Amino acid sequence: MKEVSKMIRTLVLLCIFCISFQGFALSEGGDEGAVDTKEEVDAYIQHHIKDAHDFHLFSYTGDNGERKHVGFPLPVILWSSNGLVTFMSSEFHHDDAGKVVVEKGGSKFVKLHSKIYELNAGATEVQFDEHHHAENAAKVLDFSITKSVFGILLIGLFMLWAFSSLAKQYAKKKVPTGFGRVLEPLVIYVRDEIAKPNIGEKKYRKFTGYLLTVFFFIWILNLLGLTPFGFNVTGQLAVTAALAIFTLVIYTFSGNKDYWMHMLWMPGVPFLIRPILAIIELAGAFVIKPFSLLVRLFANISAGHIVVMSLIAIMFTLKKSLGVVGATGLSLVLSFFITLIEVLVAFLQAYIFTMLSALFIGMAVAEHDHDHEHDAKGHEVPDAEDVRGDFI
Amino acid sequence: MYNLIGAGLIVIGAGIGLGQIGGKAMEGIARQPEATGKIQTAMIIIAALLEGLAFGALFLGKA
Repeated sequence: MKEVSKMIRTLVLLCIFCISFQGFALSEGGDEGAVDTKEEVDAYIQHHIKDAHDFHLFSYTGDNGERKHVGFPLPVILWSSNGLVTFMSSEFHHDDAGKVVVEKGGSKFVKLHSKIYELNAGATEVQFDEHHHAENAAKVLDFSITKSVFGILLIGLFMLWAFSSLAKQYAKKKVPTGFGRVLEPLVIYVRDEIAKPNIGEKKYRKFTGYLLTVFFFIWILNLLGLTPFGFNVTGQLAVTAALAIFTLVIYTFSGNKDYWMHMLWMPGVPFLIRPILAIIELAGAFVIKPFSLLVRLFANISAGHIVVMSLIAIMFTLKKSLGVVGATGLSLVLSFFITLIEVLVAFLQAYIFTMLSALFIGMAVAEHDHDHEHDAKGHEVPDAEDVRGDFI
Repeated sequence: MYNLIGAGLIVIGAGIGLGQIGGKAMEGIARQPEATGKIQTAMIIIAALLEGLAFGALFLGKA
């Protein structure tokens, strides 16, 4: 009990620390005198939700009125019309409106709304049409190490270290020490509560690796999104789409005869219904399932980030009507509790993604004679020796 | 304007659905506390499917 209360206290302190940091970062965006606060906040949130080419912690206006930025640049890797071009994102000098032109490898580049454009031959600066789209510049193939890619690499390395050291510990003794003790129950949970009951006793082992990877990847990245470093990796459509496509490929290629039979020519229904069902099943398998996976994760995480940041922005938008102390207190209380809910959502979304992936894989590999057997048996918890034996 | 009304309708629908799922699950757990785990798992899956639908609609409405 004592340890639990100690843990809760640490967690609360950590959350308060995070929130105050985020608030600080936002306050520096919102204090530019006569600028419309609401618009400023909106722009800040939009900027946060998007991916960025540099790792930007916060910025402030120095004593001499100069804008100062704290953070570090990330490499930009482009495939332009003149071939491969690489440079550091600091060359853009934090410009995001297409003003700074970088000339590298015979091409000119500008950064506009977090996207990099290549100017057409002969142009020296970017021109806009009435919708504020670049008129004389084209998008380039962008393989840059952006903030999200940086986050993914960071978490990838962390997972590699954490899980390979956990695996190594089992070679020496039966019980893991240190950080491994946190991971072991989660690994067993994913295996016994997600993989086994959904895929089935016989076939779950082949897919457990993928399910564990995707679970920890999403969960840790969701948690990383709650730190004040401003990552929003699982709130990027490209990331969630890639994860959904992995699941799609896995369940499509592991589908057995029964799966395809039930999809294309459903047994046991009237003859004329079968083609209609086949269309629905095909749409379900190739469009709806992956689409629901990718949109759910993306929308939940993005919405969570927007809500947290909007509640922090109460500090500025209600400053006039509630006073500084009132507005700050209100925003602190609200954002604190929403952040706690977000910690729950971070786990829940990772769980749901893994769960539905397991469910879809389970549908694809199910052998129909054995279905009832699984239901009747339920999932039993194996003893500790058995559990560890599987992972060595 | 219309997409805001649509968003409101989506949220109302999703709210009713989630209420049904949660309420029925509660009832089920109260009747059979030993099946709590299974009911919770099924509840979360169905809630996630519903949420996916609602978010999909919101997402399409915004685009």
